[in-house]
Amino acid sequence: MGKIKVVHYINQFFAGIGGEEKADHRPEVREEVLGPGLALKAGFKDEAEIVATVICGDSYFGENIEEAKKEVLEMVKKYNPDLFIAGPAFNAGRYGVACGTIADAVQNELGIPSLTAMYEENPGADMFKKAVYIVSTKDSAAGMRDAVKKIVPLALKLVKGEEIGSPAEEGYLERGIRKNYFTDKRGSERAVDMLIKKLKGEEFETEFPMPDFDRVPPNPAVKDITKATIAIVTSGGAVPKGNPDHIESSSAQKYGKYDIEGIFDLNPENGETSHGGYDPVYANDDLDRVIPVDVLRELEKEGKIGKLHRYYYSTVGNGTAVANAKKFAEEFSKELVADGVDAVILTST
Amino acid sequence: MRLELGHVLIKDVQFGSETKIENGVLYVNKEELIKLISEDEHLASVDVEIAKPGESVRITPVKDVVEPRVKVEGPGGVFPGILSKVDVVGSGKTNVLKGCAVMTTGKIVGFQEGIVDMTGPGAEYTPFSKTNNVVLICQPVEGLKQHDHERAVRFAGFKAAAYLAEAAKSLTPDTVEVYETLPFLEGIKKYPDLPKIGYVQMLQTQGLLHDTYVYGVDAKQIVPTIIYPTEVMDGAIVSGNCVSACDKNTTYHQLNNPVIHDLYKEHGKTLNFVGVIITNENVYLADKERSSNWSAKLAEYLGLDGVIISQEGFGNPDTDLIMNCKKIEAKGIKTVIITDEYAGRDGASQSLADADKAADAVVTGGNANEIIKLPAMDKVIGTLDYIDTIAGGFDGSLAEDGSITVEIQAITGATNEMGFNKMSAKGF
Repeated sequence: MGKIKVVHYINQFFAGIGGEEKADHRPEVREEVLGPGLALKAGFKDEAEIVATVICGDSYFGENIEEAKKEVLEMVKKYNPDLFIAGPAFNAGRYGVACGTIADAVQNELGIPSLTAMYEENPGADMFKKAVYIVSTKDSAAGMRDAVKKIVPLALKLVKGEEIGSPAEEGYLERGIRKNYFTDKRGSERAVDMLIKKLKGEEFETEFPMPDFDRVPPNPAVKDITKATIAIVTSGGAVPKGNPDHIESSSAQKYGKYDIEGIFDLNPENGETSHGGYDPVYANDDLDRVIPVDVLRELEKEGKIGKLHRYYYSTVGNGTAVANAKKFAEEFSKELVADGVDAVILTST
Repeated sequence: MRLELGHVLIKDVQFGSETKIENGVLYVNKEELIKLISEDEHLASVDVEIAKPGESVRITPVKDVVEPRVKVEGPGGVFPGILSKVDVVGSGKTNVLKGCAVMTTGKIVGFQEGIVDMTGPGAEYTPFSKTNNVVLICQPVEGLKQHDHERAVRFAGFKAAAYLAEAAKSLTPDTVEVYETLPFLEGIKKYPDLPKIGYVQMLQTQGLLHDTYVYGVDAKQIVPTIIYPTEVMDGAIVSGNCVSACDKNTTYHQLNNPVIHDLYKEHGKTLNFVGVIITNENVYLADKERSSNWSAKLAEYLGLDGVIISQEGFGNPDTDLIMNCKKIEAKGIKTVIITDEYAGRDGASQSLADADKAADAVVTGGNANEIIKLPAMDKVIGTLDYIDTIAGGFDGSLAEDGSITVEIQAITGATNEMGFNKMSAKGF
């Protein structure tokens, strides 16, 4: 491998163009090493070379995100680099968001290993730490040397596809990816140790920091339910008898779409559950307990709802990753909209 | 309450003409054991096999694992309310066949039964690759309903364990451990300067293959209550569940509850281990509210300074776990919780179904969704028929060459939430 080609992204301030008054500076590319690039260059020694520096004003990027992203991507693409580095942004908020946005785009749209660096409280950190490696820096440019010391080895590992160590070892912000490992003490002993420390007011380290949860606000009420097409979606594992799509009993990797035209009642002959997380006896006996087809058919007949949608969508919620659940819903909610469904009854178990 | 646990060390298990223990070898009269277990009219056939550590043997679907114990002195017998009368157990002397276990397998009941490999990478994840296992293969009679099937096999495990343990009743144990918990007020008086610590044990109680029994009572039906730690060492709590295999507390785990043992280790030194509060994990919201209210109320009533809370299972019980933690912390009592994670195969999704900032001290048994490849074994006890459909398996889990690719949730005891194992997880 020859010298690793790097494209570096910085804002108008670090390019020496100007401060806030020049923050509307439009994207430009220069085939030279500028500002923090000099420190990176020194850090890379002969292993890597910054072939171009892309400069963009923070306000311009923030106010024209889609356009700015497109322009910068074009510039980066032209050089076909092996590595893309944005920042460090330290505690500059708009700059941090720009660095995260563009590093994410270069990595995912161009497939080029990318990283950025910023202070952990920079708003860009929370927005992008899951998507790209963000090296943790101090809150001002006084932390440049320290930042470069961490960026260089991590960047080289990324390009070479070497194993990346833990956040503490490499100096990046935790991305929330959980990996198992074996410790030297069993869990109960670790719990007793932790409790003793907690009681004494000593410092202790939790093994799982509590996550921030997504909250989904409910949609407004359906205006006229008597005209509405209602679909059933469930994480209760409802499937036609025999589980034709082999939906997993736990940790589902797929969902099913099932036709219920002409079905007015579910019974042990036409339905069952593939869910491994609850007592299935009552669901297998009468699957209407999980997806209320019988009741919805009655309401349909009585004109209390417009109609029951011809298909129901089903997966197993048991031990299923949120990422999978999101992916399933993104796919089938498009179908539901395209099919003119007005409302969905979601049943869980 | 004071219990002497006498460990009779079992180094090997063999079939023999008489069930007995000699020089650390457990000899099993196979015919006699089969005859005993076959008495149950729900079972069409029973067979017994032996699986030892290091052998190229795979056992699946594993339902329960039981450590053989026998009461030598003191009131009652093991598994009170189930095999023995409902006397209060946990005092006197009990002998334990240390290093061996009874394991139950046979036709699957649900989706949750697990895999135990005696060697290879899978063996690292289960404690039962290190025990000499007497495996019962129980097949139900035609048409037996799932609930009856589960019960029949559960009882088979207990009966076999009690039968084997009888051989140790008159033996002098190799080692003796003494555990004692004083009546509450005396215990408080004895260590006035040490923090008062309790253990809140959550029992899985969600229905078929999700139930736990306390003195024979289905724990769905209990309100949280207090028991002496030594009671569980005599089988006061037994498992009737497999949720999923990785985070089911088998009866073996219940008997050897590591939180209880590790709290005893510090008892009188850094802390005063006052006792155990048991609570359940029912599916109805009102039950969850009631039980967590009560566990917090009992912790407060006992004047505890700190508690360890252990969960069983995942998903729905995450709610019970967080309710217990939140409500106990709100009483000014410090908590550490033990759980496990379902963060997706890539580890990138959120690990729990519920969270609260009060849960600032967490021990994890690891991410159950992580994938593992288990090479084929020379011998299978049970059947590989269900590998693709058990919790943690998927279409194609079982390859033609007999190797298996599954999530570690399919391995019995892999992410145990009593903290039985050394595995943990960290964020990258």
